[in-house]
Amino acid sequence: MNDLATYAFTSIGLFFFVAGSVGFLRFPDVFSRLHALTKADNLGLGFIALGIAFQAESWRLVALLFLIWGLMLLAAGTMSQLIARDALRERDGR
Amino acid sequence: MTGSTLYALTGAALVGIGFFGLISAQHLMRRVVAFNLIGSGLFVFLGAAGARSGASDPIPQALIITGIVVALSASALAIGLVVAHARASRRPTLPEEDGEA
Amino acid sequence: MTLVLDLTLCALILAVALATVLGGGVFRAIVFFIVYGLLLSVAWVRLDAVDVALAEAAIGAGLTGVLFLSAFGKLARIGAEAEPPAARIRGFLPAALACAGLTGALAWAWFALPVPERPAPDLATALPRAGVENPVTAVLLNFRAWDTLLESIVLLAALIGVWMLARDEDWHDRFGLPQHVRPGGVMANFGRLLPPVGVLVGVYLVYVGADRPGGAFQGGTVLAAVGLVAALAGLLRPPRVTQIVWRMGLVAGPLVFLVAGIVGAILGAGFLTLPEPIAGSAIFVIEIALAISIAVTLAFLVIGPPEQGHRE
Repeated sequence: MNDLATYAFTSIGLFFFVAGSVGFLRFPDVFSRLHALTKADNLGLGFIALGIAFQAESWRLVALLFLIWGLMLLAAGTMSQLIARDALRERDGR
Repeated sequence: MTGSTLYALTGAALVGIGFFGLISAQHLMRRVVAFNLIGSGLFVFLGAAGARSGASDPIPQALIITGIVVALSASALAIGLVVAHARASRRPTLPEEDGEA
Repeated sequence: MTLVLDLTLCALILAVALATVLGGGVFRAIVFFIVYGLLLSVAWVRLDAVDVALAEAAIGAGLTGVLFLSAFGKLARIGAEAEPPAARIRGFLPAALACAGLTGALAWAWFALPVPERPAPDLATALPRAGVENPVTAVLLNFRAWDTLLESIVLLAALIGVWMLARDEDWHDRFGLPQHVRPGGVMANFGRLLPPVGVLVGVYLVYVGADRPGGAFQGGTVLAAVGLVAALAGLLRPPRVTQIVWRMGLVAGPLVFLVAGIVGAILGAGFLTLPEPIAGSAIFVIEIALAISIAVTLAFLVIGPPEQGHRE
């Protein structure tokens, strides 16, 4: 039962990662690529963390997995904002 | 068993790739990157040797951790030299290699 | 099944390494190098070396990547970041063949070496007497403490080498280039949110390194990264060379280690040999001092020498 849930959620997470990568490769400019990467990849990471959480032996490990996801969200959000601001400045001429 | 052999061959290939990058790069920063590739390839080779017979062996692992830290300090010194050279000579390549390309 | 995982991982590592050394510009090479470092830490977990995986992710991919990117920024300011045009080396094929030969020689060496007996029998008898549970920490700080002591001094020597590259007139300026950060912006808030978590993780890694994967190097690197984030967010101004407190932090680790070694000699066990009853606590004290020194040294190594630009 736990294994089934792990397979299901990890597959969904993988699908989101593939979607994000396809968007990264096919979108025309920086902003849409950032959009694809930040949203899809972080959602994918959340689903993978959820899938692995079913394999954890204690609640402490589950909390650690979601702490990792939270830190990743924080970092990705900050970085995409900074990259986007710099790209905007470059597009509009400094 | 086969697992560690695979990683040893990967490490050997990384050393080859790193040396090729070291020889073929003109920009000095790419040479520092290639130097790091060689170092980490050798670490993988050593680590695979440590994992060779099933049980994990802590001595190569300790040596590899030491090596990773020393590689960072060597890279930092090399990068400092590259930046100082580029500021002094206004070019990121060695003087005897300018104009050959 | 695991063989497929290993094959895919190794193929990815080699592909990214090739992307790093083949053309496309310096920035591309640096980014691919960071990706390579992260893939390599997964490989270390597969090789059953979790401490090495932590060290590779933190130092090999993380700090080395920051070092390269900041150096790239410094080069870009003076216009030296571009690849020289038409970089076609004359000896492409011989170079490639020579490197392939080197790879072949290493591969041959692997198959020619005898398979050793693991774990080494004298190590197996000595580990329970080491004072710590984590075998890698035991080897690093007890059995091969000499290597680690010299390594901490090598770090210091590299830092002094980097400082020597400062110009004479900049010697009293702060380290690195000044950061321009919008107050109240995203980066400033990130620099307020991350350090508390980072300090907790770093201290935890140092503390838990005695029993589980972790240790002074990994924890010290996380603390160095926390300092770097705070400096990048403009919340912490890099210090000057002349400030005594930071220089004491640099020397604390090697000094405590050396003193512990001499105490071991005085107690009759030999230089840098820890007597068994106090081994655990001695390792703990050495690890704390070492982590502080590593954090300060690595942060200063990445920030760089004193540079003009901090106009007060």
